[in-house]
Amino acid sequence: MQQLYDTLSQRFSLGEFTRQRADLAFITVGAVRLHALLRHLRDQEGFTHLVLLTAVDWLEDGQFQLTYLLNNRAKCQDLGLRVMIARDNASMESIHDLWAAAATYQRELREMFGIDFPGSPRLMDDFILEGWNAAPPYRRDFDTLEYARATYRERPGRETRDPAAHMKQQLYGDKGDV
Amino acid sequence: MFELDRSQYPQKKADGTLDIDLTSGKYLKLWQGPQHPGITGNMAIELTVCGDEVVDATTHVGYLHRGFEKLMERRTFMQCFPIVCRICVPEPDFNEYCYAAAVEELAGLEIPELAHWIRTLILEMGRVNSYLMYLGGQAGAFGQGVIGQWTTYVRDLMLDRFEELTGARIYHMFIIPGGVRDNLPDGFAGRMEETLREIESVLADVDRVMFHNAVFKKRAVGVGVIDTAWLDSYGITGPNARAAGVAKDVRKDQPYLVYPELDFEAVTGKDSDIYTRADVRRRDLLLSLDLIRQILAKMPKTGAVMTKLPNVLHWKIPRGETYVRGECSRGEYGYYLVTDGSGYPRRVNVRGPSYTHSIALFERMVINANISDVAALLVSLHTYPPEIER
Repeated sequence: MQQLYDTLSQRFSLGEFTRQRADLAFITVGAVRLHALLRHLRDQEGFTHLVLLTAVDWLEDGQFQLTYLLNNRAKCQDLGLRVMIARDNASMESIHDLWAAAATYQRELREMFGIDFPGSPRLMDDFILEGWNAAPPYRRDFDTLEYARATYRERPGRETRDPAAHMKQQLYGDKGDV
Repeated sequence: MFELDRSQYPQKKADGTLDIDLTSGKYLKLWQGPQHPGITGNMAIELTVCGDEVVDATTHVGYLHRGFEKLMERRTFMQCFPIVCRICVPEPDFNEYCYAAAVEELAGLEIPELAHWIRTLILEMGRVNSYLMYLGGQAGAFGQGVIGQWTTYVRDLMLDRFEELTGARIYHMFIIPGGVRDNLPDGFAGRMEETLREIESVLADVDRVMFHNAVFKKRAVGVGVIDTAWLDSYGITGPNARAAGVAKDVRKDQPYLVYPELDFEAVTGKDSDIYTRADVRRRDLLLSLDLIRQILAKMPKTGAVMTKLPNVLHWKIPRGETYVRGECSRGEYGYYLVTDGSGYPRRVNVRGPSYTHSIALFERMVINANISDVAALLVSLHTYPPEIER
């Protein structure tokens, strides 16, 4: 994988390289050159299978990490491309022209994280959350507990325990912190 | 499917959208699901039909969305483990394995050898269950209800084996970060052999009654063909790819657990239609029975099944990210796990094969199909909606 990184470095401006396993590595790349890099990996390097496209919310840094995971079946290698984009007005170039299935991932990311992919087919159609009007729920600043309390009423007679405190009590009784 | 070339119908506008005037009186909107015998689980298909030909289709999911990925961000690594199996009801064990393996990798845990064998055994048992359910569904889509009754009977026997091994029939919660919960009970191999023989006996009947049935052949052969050129574009994996002649099987391509020590070849077909996909799954099911026998014969009989874990209440995993995959009955199943050094996952993303198969691929395949073939076509892709909406 290091060899692949060196080869790609000659053509593209690449960031941090992380070797996770012998068959899995992650590379940080800039948003601008991503489309060209993906096309190169698909057409020239044998990474023809888009395994997944997802986002990680680094709220404290004000950034989303988009992860494009590709697989090269002939060489049994996986390569993850990390792209950091700003959380505010998050937008990224669509890759549905490279993989038709990417449109579904992008639709989900628009709905769950509020990331825009201009030009992606049916991007604004509801995917999982039909009729959802609140903030994108998979963002870290969306509090599911607060949303549930504001939206649904408490059923009388239910007892709620903090899971961690309850487990500690079950395991250690009154012996205190362990 | 129609005999004539319908590839240019329906026509498209310059912007790529379909040239369909719903007010013209030529078209009808037809919903198949979410409550419909010809749908796979909690999903719906919005069909636009002209006569009995499908001209447009949209897959609707979200009826079973429970927000697992978000829930896991609020739970410790050990608290996540009983949740993940619920992401796929008929074959939950891959969630347990992929999650456990991803956590172990990022936490730097080595698990005992015996646990590897038992994990492989459980995954193959789950595959058998999933295929048995599929065969019943595929035959049912053509009106052969009796096949489903037979396969449900033998699936119940395999659930008995699951129950004696794990204590549960559906959600086993047996593959845990660090290993598995226990070793096999005494006499398990003998009882499993009886179950395998009963399954083989029923599969012989299924072969005669379903795969040699004139109606099934007439309706399944040549219908729902997946072009090999679509495989990468639509992320097609598993039996859907293998029926097209491409031996995509994670068990062989990137072997995990003890698969390198087992003797098998990926099952493939060549015609890539509904019939071939069903036949590939039937033969893959027979392969799983053989693999279960190999595992029980080769696995060590004693040894540790769990590694020592840190205090799970205070378990923090260093910052990192990884992706772990396995070959489930529907194709590539994977977990992308990101940790940030805290006691909670930063992000868990589940990659279920149904995600691409039942949306982008299905919406393309169903165009120009006859309404009566829609259910069979969807079932032939073997999709489970919970892994789409997580």
